Amino acid sequence: MTIFRRRLQETGKEMSYEASKMALEEAGLELKDVDSVVLGSAPDAFDGIHLKGENLLDGAGGAGKPYLRVFVGGGTAVFSPIAGWWHVASGLADVCLVVAEEKMSSCFPHPQSAFGHIWDPILDRPLKPNLVWIFAMEMNRYMTVHGIKKEDIARVAVKNKRNALDHPCAQLAADLTIEDVLNSEVLAWPVQMLDISPPSDGASAMILASEEVAKKLTDDLVYLSGAGWCIDSTMWTDRDLYFPEYVARAAKMAYKMAKIENPPKEIDVAEPYDPFDYKELHHMEGLLLCDKGEAPILTREGVTERDGDLPVCPSGGLLGVGNPIAATMGIKACEIYWQLAGKAGKRQVPNDPQVGICQAWGDLMQYGSVLIMRRG
Amino acid sequence: MTKPENPRGVELSSKQMKEGDVIVNKWDPRVKYAWATGEAISRFLEEMKNGKLIARKCDSCDRILFPPRMFCEECFKPTTEWVYIKDTGKIETYSISYLDKDARRITDPIFVGVVSIDGASEKMGIMHYFDETTKEDIHIGMPVKAVWKPPEEREGAITDIKYFRPLKEGEE
Amino acid sequence: MSFTHWHGDMEAQYIYTAGIAGERFFRELKDNGKLVGTRCPKCDITYVPPRMYCEKCFAELDEWKDVPLEGEVVAHTEVHVDIEDNKLAEPFVIGFVRIDGTQGGLVHYIKAPEVRNGMKVKAVLKDDRVGSILDIEHFAP
Repeated sequence: MTIFRRRLQETGKEMSYEASKMALEEAGLELKDVDSVVLGSAPDAFDGIHLKGENLLDGAGGAGKPYLRVFVGGGTAVFSPIAGWWHVASGLADVCLVVAEEKMSSCFPHPQSAFGHIWDPILDRPLKPNLVWIFAMEMNRYMTVHGIKKEDIARVAVKNKRNALDHPCAQLAADLTIEDVLNSEVLAWPVQMLDISPPSDGASAMILASEEVAKKLTDDLVYLSGAGWCIDSTMWTDRDLYFPEYVARAAKMAYKMAKIENPPKEIDVAEPYDPFDYKELHHMEGLLLCDKGEAPILTREGVTERDGDLPVCPSGGLLGVGNPIAATMGIKACEIYWQLAGKAGKRQVPNDPQVGICQAWGDLMQYGSVLIMRRG
Repeated sequence: MTKPENPRGVELSSKQMKEGDVIVNKWDPRVKYAWATGEAISRFLEEMKNGKLIARKCDSCDRILFPPRMFCEECFKPTTEWVYIKDTGKIETYSISYLDKDARRITDPIFVGVVSIDGASEKMGIMHYFDETTKEDIHIGMPVKAVWKPPEEREGAITDIKYFRPLKEGEE
Repeated sequence: MSFTHWHGDMEAQYIYTAGIAGERFFRELKDNGKLVGTRCPKCDITYVPPRMYCEKCFAELDEWKDVPLEGEVVAHTEVHVDIEDNKLAEPFVIGFVRIDGTQGGLVHYIKAPEVRNGMKVKAVLKDDRVGSILDIEHFAP
């Protein structure tokens, strides 16, 4: 993966190239060894190039190959490797290169104006909505239903930004206190400045290979053992926002495939999607890693720290490393791979992880994608 | 060894951008749209002009769907009946926003949230503004009522309701 | 009952960086009035506009090469309407020019009494250049 920053000089193609090249080098492969390419990228409106998949393809190594762009909003970060897994699991490809890219800085002065286009033009947009509103409304509902204090949510921001100090790509790594978060600028109550991940430029890539090919490349195999995805109705004002039922359905699909019956006991490391601090908690509950309303308590007790019983977002997450939407694959799917392969270095969780889970989330509070990996 | 090793990328600062240190191209697309409002929302907007909220009933699951649609997304069958619902409801969630739509800061905050409407099925509502309340008083579960624009100013839009205000004692 | 439409736009503004290879391409054009490309020695391809990588073998390209302002018209069309379908007072010709000695080229305006595919053309540069594809005024015989 590239570094994540508010603005990179590289074009989207060049970022895609840099990330793809790094992945190929780490795997000991060349482009000619790649049978198919999956490119994940969120709305064209950020890069400001329609048919973005076609634009990026040569930098993603897709020229002259079976090539597919996938896009499910923020969920693209984990859906892209799922689409790559289809290629390999179906036997269509022995080696699939998965590339995820986002260049949000092209949308100027702020990508918020492009986020505005996701709202219903007739019912929502006349109210001049800001994307932060939906997070604020969901967070408020979540806090109110369970009686959660803001300081218990702020702990997530503190933890992830601190974890990010050990990530070489991090944009917003920092050693902060809960007070820093609670005293930061109120943007849309209850959301404050330090509750949010930043807009970023970045790209990431990973290689998926058949068992036969992978065994020739490494002794430290990591298997994709479960995948799930689910989307709820677009009518987001018609359902209770306190619990992401669609994430739970995606998780159950993945657990079934991975033959996991007791997620809190069997999952050793988790990378749920954390564009906002409360989202990590919301998604831990959606992933059935704890009971509804229990995630803030586990966080307060230190369970989700890197050296806790269930390390959550050891990468530093979107809050600390940055949020180039689809490219957060690098801190979700890639991070779980690096953790299970024992390659996470300073970020390595000490519990000798065997099974890890990552999840991404997107669209109008309605989409969840889940991937489970297991050490070979 | 910490992966990723030596990640690449050339960061540009906002200062470099402002001072023109790098070559950039700008683009300002001007694309206009006319979105079809469809059968259900056309009627919904027409009724807004009359100061009324209207929903659709699904005979199969007995839900009163709001905002109205011509099909039930759960039963996947056509909805069957128009049903007027009230212009009162309950705050399901809200935010107090100091950001405008382009993330610019505003000093006079916007109260915004989801209001579920009385007469529709549970949790069925819309996003809208709240007013005539304070940061201290507003809460989830608060009963509210629509404040409409005067009839001559209505144009068949979601903004024909100016905002929702707290429901007064004894009011329906 | 009447069906209605809701009118609006998708407002957004963009600023695109030229990128690592693009930065050098446009700097050379602006400051020195030159076209440059990058070459992949392994695949024997010279990319114009330059790219930082070879799309065939994925090697990183650091061999920069001055290329001529001359090339050959590969394909062209005569344009009679503007982007909103209004009839133009004067039609113009746009075409793809393969730059000599390269596998690449540029899409640009071509001005000639009669434009033919296969004809030899040369870039006519502006005097005041800003680092844009429009620093080339047009291609002419």
